[in-house]
Amino acid sequence: MTDLLKITDLDVEFPTRRGVIKAARGVSLTVAPGEVLGLVGESGAGKSTIGNAIINLLERPGRVAGGEILFQGEDLRNYDEDQMRKVRGARIGMIFQDPQTSLNPLLTIGAQLVETIQKATPHRGAAATDHAIELLEAVGITEARARLKAYPHQFSGGMRQRVVIALALAGDPDLVIADEPTTALDVSIQAQILDLLKKLCRERALGVIIVTHDIGVIANIADRVAVMFRGEVVESGAVAQVLGAPEHSYTKSLIAAVPRADRRLDRFTSVDYIEGGAASAGKIDIRSHWLGQGRRGNPEITDVIGLTDLNLEFVLQRAIRKENRKVVRAVDNVSLTVQRGETLGLVGESGSGKSTVARLIAGLYRPDSGAIRIEGTDVVTAPRSAEARKARRLVQMIFQDPYSSLNARMRVRDIVAEPIRFYRTTDSETETRRIVGDLLDHVGLGSAAAARYPHEFSGGQRQRISIARALASRPEILICDEPTSALDVSVQATILNLLKDLQAELGLTMLFITHDLPVIRQMADRIAVMRHGAICEIAPTDQLFTSPAHPYSRQLLDLMPRMDLLRPDAVP
Amino acid sequence: MTDLPDRLPTRWERLKDNDIYWSFIHSPGAMVSALITVLFITAAFAAPLIAPFDPFDPSQISLWDGKLPPAWVDGGQSQYLLGTDNQGRDMLSTILYGGRLSIMVGLAAVCLGMVLGVSIGVIAGYVGGVTDAVLMRIADVQLTIPGILLAILINGIGRAIIPLDMREDFAIYVVIIAIGLTDWPQFARVARGATLVEANKEYVQAARVIGLPGWLIMIRHIFPNTLRPVLVIATIGLALAIIAEATLSFLGQGIPPTTPSLGTLIRVGNEYLFSGLWWITFFPALTLVILVFSVNLLGDWMRDALNPKLR
Repeated sequence: MTDLLKITDLDVEFPTRRGVIKAARGVSLTVAPGEVLGLVGESGAGKSTIGNAIINLLERPGRVAGGEILFQGEDLRNYDEDQMRKVRGARIGMIFQDPQTSLNPLLTIGAQLVETIQKATPHRGAAATDHAIELLEAVGITEARARLKAYPHQFSGGMRQRVVIALALAGDPDLVIADEPTTALDVSIQAQILDLLKKLCRERALGVIIVTHDIGVIANIADRVAVMFRGEVVESGAVAQVLGAPEHSYTKSLIAAVPRADRRLDRFTSVDYIEGGAASAGKIDIRSHWLGQGRRGNPEITDVIGLTDLNLEFVLQRAIRKENRKVVRAVDNVSLTVQRGETLGLVGESGSGKSTVARLIAGLYRPDSGAIRIEGTDVVTAPRSAEARKARRLVQMIFQDPYSSLNARMRVRDIVAEPIRFYRTTDSETETRRIVGDLLDHVGLGSAAAARYPHEFSGGQRQRISIARALASRPEILICDEPTSALDVSVQATILNLLKDLQAELGLTMLFITHDLPVIRQMADRIAVMRHGAICEIAPTDQLFTSPAHPYSRQLLDLMPRMDLLRPDAVP
Repeated sequence: MTDLPDRLPTRWERLKDNDIYWSFIHSPGAMVSALITVLFITAAFAAPLIAPFDPFDPSQISLWDGKLPPAWVDGGQSQYLLGTDNQGRDMLSTILYGGRLSIMVGLAAVCLGMVLGVSIGVIAGYVGGVTDAVLMRIADVQLTIPGILLAILINGIGRAIIPLDMREDFAIYVVIIAIGLTDWPQFARVARGATLVEANKEYVQAARVIGLPGWLIMIRHIFPNTLRPVLVIATIGLALAIIAEATLSFLGQGIPPTTPSLGTLIRVGNEYLFSGLWWITFFPALTLVILVFSVNLLGDWMRDALNPKLR
């Protein structure tokens, strides 16, 4: 089989004012027709750069510094911009991450498809329309002729991504580059899209390059895989071989760090190869420390969080007359309890209301009706009363986005010390500083971090700062809202281990919100499954994974990316 | 710990590492306009030290020397570089003293407008609801009235309140308040917009979960993060305030003619323009144009440098 695309010794550089950053170093890849090549790596590994370099759409000021890109025997590097424009779309199709932004919201699907078809193929007029219908049918959109007149907003996320795929196929290309095509989608849709890509690849003898950070995606769809680390391909080969018996230690770490859904481990396998591992030195003895003292929980109350018939509506469209208002039931009659010291997992797809429940408990929203009890205290009826405030102080929250959850204009010390200083829980500033140092040590960041600003830290390190800030309030209850979904898998493992350790040391009660089932299997004692604002099922973790009672839970579990290829003995 | 250097950078090093500093160093327009602005401001504030004459000292003024042209024109005297005005005051000295007053009035007015506008904007954006609606509608209503008319109105009311014998002394403060009260809606709008963005960020929610009261969140977390766009408006606002002062004074509504400001100088000069005494109005006007132009350029650059979308 001849190679459709052959990249040899590709170097990509980004000259910046702080020196040249080499985004890709000596990368060599091949793609054959009818083959899916997976390009996997963590953020900053240079995997998207490779895709952009092939189609000559590198972000400024990036440039290809060396090597060659042979596409059907021709070196794309010798093409000028005009020639490249003919290659893009017609011979190489592209699929981007976010279907929300890759379609023009002002044009119908049909107009966008026909335009692309006319530009890239000899089809004109009615023939182009017919071709558009064929394409839509090929990507699994029913009633294609009627759908041509629809606008992008009338499609769901998954359908939109199908349209994007149809657009990529419009010019009848030989190679398709898909950059994180399923990252913005829910699990249930992710599986369908991956199946579709694989089917199209086989039927049309397409070469597909799929760029992703998700090893699960690779395991499901790719024939061969190239693992990237800091701009270099560290390992490549058939998927079964690379994922089943990885040779390079980075690949081993990466695979080991992926949480497993098939069995429960005590701890996440920590990854030593990758930076960001916790500094084990400097841990404090938490029980004798300030942090362990002054605990305010009442051990006689077992239901630390109690929600009864909680309701919350968001108004989508305001109107004076009540029946004209458009509302969405974000939280629909939710009742649940969280026991002292346990971790309750809250899972569901995007828009299921799981984050809203977390924000209700944290006091960021007020419910329309229903009761919230924290350590037995009602915090809804008189939210400003002294008792309610006292109860609220027991709750702290870790947020999803480590980049927006820290005030960029404050030093780490001031961020962490804020609750201590506000509630004057220490006697002096010297003691506050000592405690902040201890906390930073304990979360594995080191007390030297105190004098710095947040932007000097990576995503995982920032999440550690967030955890330290939450601890500074000496909470009883920790709400974690997707705390690791913005992080790389390797960092995710260390953060989750830290949270587990803290829970064990401090006896924290945790509400852990995520869409990631493998993660929740490792973290939670019980799991509540949410859909459309309502709770479908609450069950102990193992029971939910082995014998889910609700059909929706079963559906979610079925759609989880299968990791059969990752054999247990692959763990180093 | 990775990547972090052992030694903490000093404030100066942090400044040098800053993208804004870098953009400044690589923008000749910004450097030149900053240089001119700084030069003008220094010269104006050092007026008592560098001006050859004191326009407030009657012993240095002689009507015999009145209406002299600039030194390089026929009939000019070398001691009066830019000539003299109708009262025999040295133009260069008067411009220096007048510029000082104009800049001071401009700065004070902008500060007043900024404090008022930013407070209102942050409160409106953070509290939301009815408070937001009422405050911003007030701002909208004020924006429908031309600024200079409003300033004249406020100025007129201010003068009417103050007793006759104190009017001269308080004229400057009245002008400052008039201009400051006129330009707050700009600041309020920008600050409200920035607040709406910041208030949705997770660090603000984290502060709420900690239990900090609203006023503390506004002061400590939101206000510092709204400063960037506000500073841009403030720079452009400074230029506008200087013009507003000049306009008020030119119309005879602002600083009394006995106190030189750029506006009063242009106004006095205007009366003599058609008698051929062009320099009385030309040099103050030129000063005003260059000063406002360079401050504006500086503001434009700042808007570009602080806007990540344009970088």
